Amino acid sequence: MSTTTTPPPAKKVNHIGLEVINYKGSKTTLCAGCGHNSISERVIEAFYELGVEPWTVAKFSGIGCSSKSPAYFLGLSHGFNGVHGRMPAIATGALLANSTLMGIGVSGDGDTASIGLGQFMHMVRRNIPLIYIIEDNGVYGLTKGQFSATANIGSTLKTGTVNDLPPFDCCALALKWGATFVARSFSGDKRQLQAILKTAIAHRGLSVIDVISPCVTFNDHVGSTKSYSYMKEHETVLHELDFVPHFQEIAVDIPEGEVMDVEMHDGSHLRIRKLDRDYDPTNRLAAGAILEEAEAKGEVLTGVLYVNPLKPTFIEQLNLVDVPIGTLPESKIRPSREVLEQIMEELR
Amino acid sequence: MGHTPRYKEPQPMSTLEVSPADSLPGQPSHSVTNDFSIQVATVNGSGSQTANSVLLRAIFQMGIPVSGKNMFPSNIAGLPTWFTIRVSKYGYIGRRKEIDFLVAMNPETAREDVMKLDSGAAVVYDEPLKLNELRSDVHFFPIPFDKLVAPVCPDAKLRKLVRNMIYDGVVAKLLGIEMEEIHKALLKQFGTKKAKAAELNWGACQAGFEYATKTFTGRLRFNLERMNETAGKIIIDGNAACALGCMFAGCTVVTWYPITPSSSLVETMIGYMKRFRLDPETGKATFAIVQAEDELASIGMALGAGWAGARSMTATAGPGISLMSEFIGLGYYAERPTVVFNVERVGPSTGLPTRTAQSDLISTALLSHGDTKHPMFFPASPAECFSMSIDAFEFAEKFQTPVFVMTDLDLGMNNWTSDAFAYPEKPIDRGKVLSAEDLEKLGGFARYRDVDGDGVGYRTLPGTNHPAASYFTRGSGHNDKAQYTEREDDYVNNMDRLAHKFEVMRQFVPVPVIQEAKGASIGFIAIGTSDCAVRESCDQLRDEYRIAASYLRLKAYPFTNDMLEFIRRHDRVYVVDQNRDAQLLGLMRLELDADLIAKLRSVRYYGGLPLDARTVTDDIVKQEGK
Repeated sequence: MSTTTTPPPAKKVNHIGLEVINYKGSKTTLCAGCGHNSISERVIEAFYELGVEPWTVAKFSGIGCSSKSPAYFLGLSHGFNGVHGRMPAIATGALLANSTLMGIGVSGDGDTASIGLGQFMHMVRRNIPLIYIIEDNGVYGLTKGQFSATANIGSTLKTGTVNDLPPFDCCALALKWGATFVARSFSGDKRQLQAILKTAIAHRGLSVIDVISPCVTFNDHVGSTKSYSYMKEHETVLHELDFVPHFQEIAVDIPEGEVMDVEMHDGSHLRIRKLDRDYDPTNRLAAGAILEEAEAKGEVLTGVLYVNPLKPTFIEQLNLVDVPIGTLPESKIRPSREVLEQIMEELR
Repeated sequence: MGHTPRYKEPQPMSTLEVSPADSLPGQPSHSVTNDFSIQVATVNGSGSQTANSVLLRAIFQMGIPVSGKNMFPSNIAGLPTWFTIRVSKYGYIGRRKEIDFLVAMNPETAREDVMKLDSGAAVVYDEPLKLNELRSDVHFFPIPFDKLVAPVCPDAKLRKLVRNMIYDGVVAKLLGIEMEEIHKALLKQFGTKKAKAAELNWGACQAGFEYATKTFTGRLRFNLERMNETAGKIIIDGNAACALGCMFAGCTVVTWYPITPSSSLVETMIGYMKRFRLDPETGKATFAIVQAEDELASIGMALGAGWAGARSMTATAGPGISLMSEFIGLGYYAERPTVVFNVERVGPSTGLPTRTAQSDLISTALLSHGDTKHPMFFPASPAECFSMSIDAFEFAEKFQTPVFVMTDLDLGMNNWTSDAFAYPEKPIDRGKVLSAEDLEKLGGFARYRDVDGDGVGYRTLPGTNHPAASYFTRGSGHNDKAQYTEREDDYVNNMDRLAHKFEVMRQFVPVPVIQEAKGASIGFIAIGTSDCAVRESCDQLRDEYRIAASYLRLKAYPFTNDMLEFIRRHDRVYVVDQNRDAQLLGLMRLELDADLIAKLRSVRYYGGLPLDARTVTDDIVKQEGK
C-alpha cells in the first residue's frame, strides 16, 4: 500500500478566489436552444472572469422570457423581477438607495420597446449606472408569438402574418438620447458578447446592449429577421474586441494604428481591432450614421457602437454621501431637536 | 352724542351710498366678537394670496383661533378664487357656510357673491363695481382701489400686485385688526430678502387703513378682539407638515411626479432637506429627491429604493394612485416597504383637481388586481400629518408593505393653526432586516417564512456580504424561500400569511380618538378633515336640538376593535363620508357583522368644498326625524 496520496486537483478560481459555480444561478426553464440561455452563460463568464463580488451586484428585470433569466445567473446576488416594462424605475430607486451596488438589468424587446419604451428612454436620458441587456428576438414568447416593436417591417410570424410597421432600433434610441455605452451583439457570438459585457461591467454609466437572441419556438423560421439563419447571413461584425481588465497588464505587441484603445473608468481597457472599415466608437455622430447606413443595407451591425467613459451618471450628479443613503444611521437622517424647534419658531 | 351711527354717513364728494344700519331687516342688535367669517373674492393670479395670508396671520398673532380656506380654480390666472377666513373664539376651525364679511374684488363673481350673503353682512368692494345697487340689507364699503394704489406704487407695472394689500388695511380698520400685527405679518410673509416689496405693500396697506379711517367712522357689528388662544402655536399647511414628518422620519429616497394637490408636499420637503439634511462634514446629501417621468416610475423607484433599504416615499393624488395600481400590487405581494401620500382631490378622472374630497378610500384600500389590501393612515390636522408620517415609515418597514397616508386638498393645501410639533422620541426601527453577522449566526434564512407568528418574514438588503444573503424578489408566485412556484399549497399558504399579517396590523395602527357624549344613543364615525365639522356638529346638535352624539375618529385602516365596541354601544352610528358612494361605510361593510352593519347610517358631502358643520347637523336632524 502506498503511503502517498495524490492531492485533489486545485479548484479553478478567479482573482478574488471564487469558482465559476459561485456565479451561476438556478436551472433555466427557458426552451432548449433559446438565445437567452447563451446570454446568461456569457454573463456568468464575464462576472467570474472579472472577479466581481456577486453580493455587490443587484439584478433587475421586467416581465417576459428574457426577464426570467436573472434567476439563471449570479445566484449570490439579490434579484428583483418587477412589472412589465418598468424595470428601469425599480433599478433607479435601488441604485439611489445604494449607489455602491452594480446594477444589471435584463429586458426583452417587448418589455423595452413596446410597453417599456417610456421608462427605457428616461433611463437613457438619465444615464443611470446600469448594465441594461435587451434580449431581442422580435417576438413575445411567453404569450406565444406576437410581434414586438423591434420586429422588422416585412418580417413574418410563424402563422404567416406580415409585420407592416417599422421597428424601433433600441441602439439608435439609446445613442441619441444619452446612453454612454451602446452595443449590439448576437447571442451566438460568444467572444464578442463576452468582451461587450466585460466593458459594460467596467463602464461607469448606462450600458445598453441589444443582443439579437433568437426565439427557437416562435421566431426562428424563414421570414423571421431574428432567426439564427438570418443572423448568419446578415450579421456584419464591426470590429474585433478585446477587453483587458484593470488588474491585468496590457501586452504591447500589437502594431500601431491597427488597434484603438479606450480606457474605461475603472482603468480597464477596451481594445478595438479594425476589420473592414475605420470606425471610432467614441464619435457619437459617426455611430448614428453607421446605424442608418446598416439599416439601409439590410445589415445587422454588431460591435461597440458608442462608448463615452467620462460622462457623469445621474446618481453622481445628485452629490450623495459616499456610503449608501438607504442605510445611513439615525444620527445622519433624523435632524436634531434643535432643528425642529428652529422650524417651529419660523412658523409661529 | 346719543345716536352712534355704525359708520359715517356718505360724504358729499364720495359715491358712497349706504343704507343706515338701523334700517336693515333682521339685524341682530348685539355685536359679534371673534366669531364670524370673512370671504375674499379675487381673480386667480392677481397676487391676492399674500394679502390673504397676511390677514390670516395678523389675526393669529392677536391670539384668536383662525383658519383659512382657499377655494381656487385649476388655472394659473384669470379665473375666480375665494379665500375664506374663519375666526372662532370657540376654536371651531372647519369651514363655515355663512359669510359675514365679503371683500369683493372680482367683477366676474361680485354680483353672485353679494346675492348669496345673509342679511346684515358687510361688503368691501371695488368702487366701480357699484355693488351697492344690488340690495339694501347689507352694508357696503366702496373703496377706490385704483385711486389709492397710484400714489403708493409709482411703478404702474407693480400696481396689480400691490393693489390687493389695500383691502388688508381697510379690513384691519373695519374689524379692528391691529396694524402693528399686520405689519409684523407682512414682514414675516416677505422675509428679510424682500424688504423692498414688503415696504411697498405696507404703503398700500396703510393707504387702505387711512382711507377707511377717514371715510367710515362707525363700528361694524363684527369685530376682533385680542385673545390668548394661539400662544406657541404655528401656522402651517398639511403638505408642509407631512414634508417635515418625512424629514424627521429619516426618509432618504423621494420619487415623485407633480400633481395637484400633492406637489407642494415634495416641493416643501426639497427646501427643508436642502437646509437640514446635508452632511455637515462633507456638504453632501443624505437624501435623493427625483422627479420621475410619471407616477408609474415614481412608485417603481420608491419600491426599488425600499427594496434596497431606503425609507422611500412618493406623493400623489387620485389619478396618480390609479396609475400606481399595478406596482402597488407588486409592493403588497413581494412585500416591499414604501410610503405613499395620497392628497385626495375630487374625482373621478380629472374631476375637480383643485377641490377637496375623501373619495379614494376604496380604490386605495384595495388598490391593484388580485386579493390586495393596504394600510391607510388618516391624519386630521397638521400635527398628525407630522406624527403620522413618521408612524407610516415605521409601519411600512415593520410590516414590509406600502403604507398610504391619506390626506386631502383641504388639509394639504390650506393653512391651519396647529400646536407645535413634538419631536419623535422613539428611535427609528428599521424592522426585520438581517445583517451578514445575523446570517452567520443563523446559517441562512427563508425570506417569506413566518418565524415570529406575526406574518412578517425577515429580509436582507442587496449588498449584504454573505453567501446566504441573496434571494429573488418577484411578483409571480413564490414559496417561503422566495422561489418561483405555481403550487396550490404554496400559493394559499402565502396568501393566508399575508391576510394574517393584515390582521396583526390592527393591533399596531394608530388608535381612534373617542369623544363620548353622556347618554348618547347615536354616534359619529369620521376620518381626517371631517373632524372639524363633526366636532362642531356634535356641539350644534347638543345646543340646538338636545341631541347627544358621541364621536369616534378613525386614524387608520384596517379598523380596530375600538370601532366595533363603539358601534355596539350606540343605536345608530352615522358614518361621515366626503364622497358620493359612502366609501368609508363601504369599507366597514366589507368586514363587519350584519348586526353592526344594520346600525350604520350615512352622512355624505361631495361638493368639493371643505365639509362644514351645518351640513352634517342638518342631515342628522333630518335622519333622526327631529
